[in-house]
Amino acid sequence: MEFTLVTLLNGLSYGLLLFMLSSGLTLIFSMMGVLNFAHASFYMLGAYFAYTISLKIGFWPALIIAPLLVGLLGAAVERFGLRAVHKFGHIPELLFTFGLSFVIVEMVQMIWGRAAVPYPIPAVLDGPLFTLFTTHFPMYRGFMMLIAVLMLASIFLVLTRTRIGLVIQAALTHPDMVEALGHNVPRVFMLVFGGGCALAGLAGVIGGNAFVTEPGMAATVGSIIFVVVVVGGMGSLAGALLASLLIGVLQTFAVALDYSIATLFSSIGAMVTPQTFGYPVLKLTISQIAPIMPYLLLVLILIFRPRGLMGVREG
Amino acid sequence: MTTTTATIKFAPVLPLRWLAWFGFALLLCIAPLVFNKGASLSLLSQMGTVMIFALSYNMLLGQGGMLSFGHAVYAGLGGFFAIHAMNLAAAGKIWLPITLAPLVGGLAGMLFGVLFGYVTTKKAGTPFAMITLGIGELVFSCSLMFPEFFGGEGGVSTNRVYGEKFLGISYGPQIEVYYLIAFWLFVSAIGMYAFTQTPLGRIINAVRDNPERAEFIGYDTQWVRYMTLILSGFFAGISGGLSAINFEIVTAENVGAHASGAILFFTFIGGAGYFFGPMIGAIIGVFMTVMLSDFTKAWHLYLGLFFIIIVMYAPGGVARVIMQNLRVVEYGKFGRVWRSMTAVSASTLLAFFGAVIGIEMLYHLTLESANGTTRKLFGIMVDTAAAPGWLVAGTLLAIGAIGFRLALPGFRRAWGEVNAEIEEQIRRAA
Repeated sequence: MEFTLVTLLNGLSYGLLLFMLSSGLTLIFSMMGVLNFAHASFYMLGAYFAYTISLKIGFWPALIIAPLLVGLLGAAVERFGLRAVHKFGHIPELLFTFGLSFVIVEMVQMIWGRAAVPYPIPAVLDGPLFTLFTTHFPMYRGFMMLIAVLMLASIFLVLTRTRIGLVIQAALTHPDMVEALGHNVPRVFMLVFGGGCALAGLAGVIGGNAFVTEPGMAATVGSIIFVVVVVGGMGSLAGALLASLLIGVLQTFAVALDYSIATLFSSIGAMVTPQTFGYPVLKLTISQIAPIMPYLLLVLILIFRPRGLMGVREG
Repeated sequence: MTTTTATIKFAPVLPLRWLAWFGFALLLCIAPLVFNKGASLSLLSQMGTVMIFALSYNMLLGQGGMLSFGHAVYAGLGGFFAIHAMNLAAAGKIWLPITLAPLVGGLAGMLFGVLFGYVTTKKAGTPFAMITLGIGELVFSCSLMFPEFFGGEGGVSTNRVYGEKFLGISYGPQIEVYYLIAFWLFVSAIGMYAFTQTPLGRIINAVRDNPERAEFIGYDTQWVRYMTLILSGFFAGISGGLSAINFEIVTAENVGAHASGAILFFTFIGGAGYFFGPMIGAIIGVFMTVMLSDFTKAWHLYLGLFFIIIVMYAPGGVARVIMQNLRVVEYGKFGRVWRSMTAVSASTLLAFFGAVIGIEMLYHLTLESANGTTRKLFGIMVDTAAAPGWLVAGTLLAIGAIGFRLALPGFRRAWGEVNAEIEEQIRRAA
């Protein structure tokens, strides 16, 4: 019981972090048809910016400034890079962001070095939030969840209750009509791209000190958030939320479970020894296969429900 | 009523094409005699394997419009199967002459193409790219989970010299391995070129350009993509097997995302629109990987920047740049573009020079400043912590960038006019 609840909470907080990343990716994808391969790189930049800013003026200003900087950078990338490539089609756009992700990793190594930087959790948030039976639940995890939920709520409100949100929603499906009505659609694109990158930056600010801030951090989450987007259904925000939570909880549970098929066989009385046929597969514990869980889920979803959990379009 | 069916020939069968293949074979034969210094033989061998790999990748990217981020899976797994087969053969458990070991890799690549391709080719375009990325990660994670087969961190190694000599060839010396690679490269290149002429090779172009119409004329686009991917996996597996023979080791890196990304870089830089484009890309890519990494730690950055520049300004790759310039020369209009072209190239070169100085200094400052802040750059000692070096880098970069901005519109205009005229001439002639 205790184990289940604590793991569930940890999984939820990880899933919400994944959602902060995949929401921006999904928004950009559904609007511009561009899969931003460098999305996780902006997440990394957010963490590094926050580290540098928090050294100078503290964590709380960094929480605001770093995402804004990342958003500006993202908008600049859209304006001066992607827009020029747009006329060649979607694949060159994807390739552009792919090259960009390479360059950003190298730039980060060039500026902050190859080793991890010490980006600590602020002292105010360091400590247990509450104690569940005997396990302390860290306050910072709770803070992460709070930020993610706040972000989720504000995306929802901005998209449905404000003028710009309605323009964005309209431009998702009918860009020509929106342009004909006198809105500057390219600027809306730039805004969405910058906004999506800012969301990734925000995730970096709070994810960077919860995990590790190092040049490899983009690669570790990068492919998972693509899985989230495909599993949730390309371009569906609700699907992204569902898939993020699913993968977050699944992976957190899997990491903690030390059972294998061999232990299952042993518990029903069958002998499993290294000589048994297929021993290398039988002896694998669930925690060992945790890294491939998201990808297995991806394959299963593609076979049984190719449009994703909440996707509407068959692509 | 009699109906006459006219066969449409897309390209006349010219002796030129046979000449090109003959020239290619000749080039492969004499290359090691011309480049015979130091490590150039191993460089050539590596280029050969990467060429096969890049050509197989281009069956997807160039011919099928399928952007894969996990193509190294087929080459890497092919390499693993080939190396295990070689070890078994060396232990005397199976019969396998080393000349045919790449075929084992090819069959393994094909098998995994059948397996993974079923899932990946369900989608096209961007979803296909993401799914291949997922499959690539899946295989890479698996490779660390089964050290029995993948050899864990250290990989699987072998010794390519086993069994009796065949016609006096033991594959001990590098030159014999080179000719083995050259042989397989020639055969595979012909095979892949022949593929482009088959009905399947034609219809995959149609599926790339307009999948909807391809469906309407009765083709299952998923099936076409699937078949192409299987064949592409076969050739990728051959290149993996050859690389296993060449290096005598295969590690989990060979199936990793880095290897997949590298082959995408090389193919696109070379030019996905031409059959020979990936070969140029393989030459440039291997050269950069091997030579540049000796000179600078920042070579990943240069490769990435080069790739971005190609994507932004020359999406047809190096092959297209060459072919377009040749066409302008052929129509005798080069005189009208060379001035503005020189201006653009000169300012690019200037900016590039400035950028290189800046990047090198920054790298040195962050990563190696513990051992003193001075380093040698282009034969001059530079203090990376002092202003003069930065000033030079910044000035060069600024002048280059401004010059580029000023020269570009003129070049674009001249280039556009000349090419429009040429296309007009071609249209009239036809």
